[in-house]
Amino acid sequence: MAIKTPLYDKHVAKGGQIVDFAGYELPIQYKTGIVVEHNAVRNAAGLFDVSHMGEIFFEGKEAEKALNYVMTNNMSNMYDGQCRYTMVCYENGTIIDDVLVYRYNGEKFLIVANASNKDKDFAWFLKNTKSFDVKVTDKSSEYGQVALQGPKSFEILTRLVSKEELPEKYYSFKDGVDISGVKCIVSRTGYTGEDGYEIYCAADKIGKIYDLLLEKGEDLGLIPTGLGCRDTLRLEAGMPLYGHELSDQIMANEVGLNFVLKFDKENFIGKKALENHVPQYERVGAVVVDRGIVREGAEIYSDGNLVGYVTSGTFIPSLQKAVCVLRLKVGYKDKALTARVRNKDLALEVVKMPFMNKK
Amino acid sequence: MLLFAKTHEWIKIDGKKGKVGISDHAQSELGDIVYIELPEVGDEFSAGDVLCEIESVKAVSEIYAPVDGKVVAVNEALEDSPELVNEDSMANWICELEIKGDTAGLLSEEEYKKTI
Repeated sequence: MAIKTPLYDKHVAKGGQIVDFAGYELPIQYKTGIVVEHNAVRNAAGLFDVSHMGEIFFEGKEAEKALNYVMTNNMSNMYDGQCRYTMVCYENGTIIDDVLVYRYNGEKFLIVANASNKDKDFAWFLKNTKSFDVKVTDKSSEYGQVALQGPKSFEILTRLVSKEELPEKYYSFKDGVDISGVKCIVSRTGYTGEDGYEIYCAADKIGKIYDLLLEKGEDLGLIPTGLGCRDTLRLEAGMPLYGHELSDQIMANEVGLNFVLKFDKENFIGKKALENHVPQYERVGAVVVDRGIVREGAEIYSDGNLVGYVTSGTFIPSLQKAVCVLRLKVGYKDKALTARVRNKDLALEVVKMPFMNKK
Repeated sequence: MLLFAKTHEWIKIDGKKGKVGISDHAQSELGDIVYIELPEVGDEFSAGDVLCEIESVKAVSEIYAPVDGKVVAVNEALEDSPELVNEDSMANWICELEIKGDTAGLLSEEEYKKTI
């Protein structure tokens, strides 16, 4: 039985097509459709319900030390109020999750986890932090969350809160931000490649924030946006998605995220395995040259040899082209590649990600 | 004569030939259509076979042949402008079939609308 987020009734009232996503009933799109919603985020703003995300806190004298052990990135050289992207690995170097870490101070951190992974993350954190002076708590069910994304986000949010009270820098956050009497965590983060904010508050108050934002942003082009365009936006922006580009079958040094693997740290789970693993695959972006759409699971061939497969792919609105992300054997990205779709081989052209040109 | 399949295709029959498209309900469910893999002239199908596939931003969907038949024409305008099906799915046909069998199992427009 899928879980309804606190905003479920609002989605239905607005014509949202509800699907089961990681055990949550969420709108894939509204009546406006994926392309209109996608363009709203690129040109004005969109509002996403991301209440399904997990919120796990690390608190205690050794919170920083414990995080450095379970995360691949370095949590020591962050400033208080900073957000940082990291992966979480198994001992064998495969990926448990990719998460955002919010640093309050050296003794308090918030970890924002993927909905599909938060339970296994929490169990993993508990199991692996026993020897540290830290308390790990899963507060996912206490929080609602919305993502306000797009170039008009700042203008919309400053109609409700003065700019001094908002996090200024990209990848920073503030807690206790008062939005019409509701205390919120606000971070300047997102999953669309646009400017924007992610706003967390008590689950029973998120409906108020959601309605206020839509009301204040309507004349600037803000519309409710669903999971469908969340996927096309992140794909255009070249961002990986767990379960597609990342998984527990994939080594963390084969996904183009080496900047979050800090081998100069004393130790972290997965470090040894990754140091000993020569990458066999890489994450590569490609545009589909022939007519057609290439989707997840399609096999990639080079000169008749199977050399990889597609981890994500669709038609992306900003480019008006079909694109895909490949898990490709190392050494093939400069070769002629094709993707097999319904027994036809469609020519691909490898390109640098992100796919879209930032304005 | 206009008839519908339960699987949301329509066929406009004129003598022994019929043009095939998808219903307004189907295009609405598919969302933004970005590619239609048209069948080829000369291809033969039995009723219920996959006639072609339609790709929207959201997903790929199969379109089924509403009757037994042979493809005698395809709407080439859809190669460059598949979104025409979103704009008017009743006017923008996908292919024309030479009908080989009967129309058993197909629904009138009124009957079809009751199913959606």
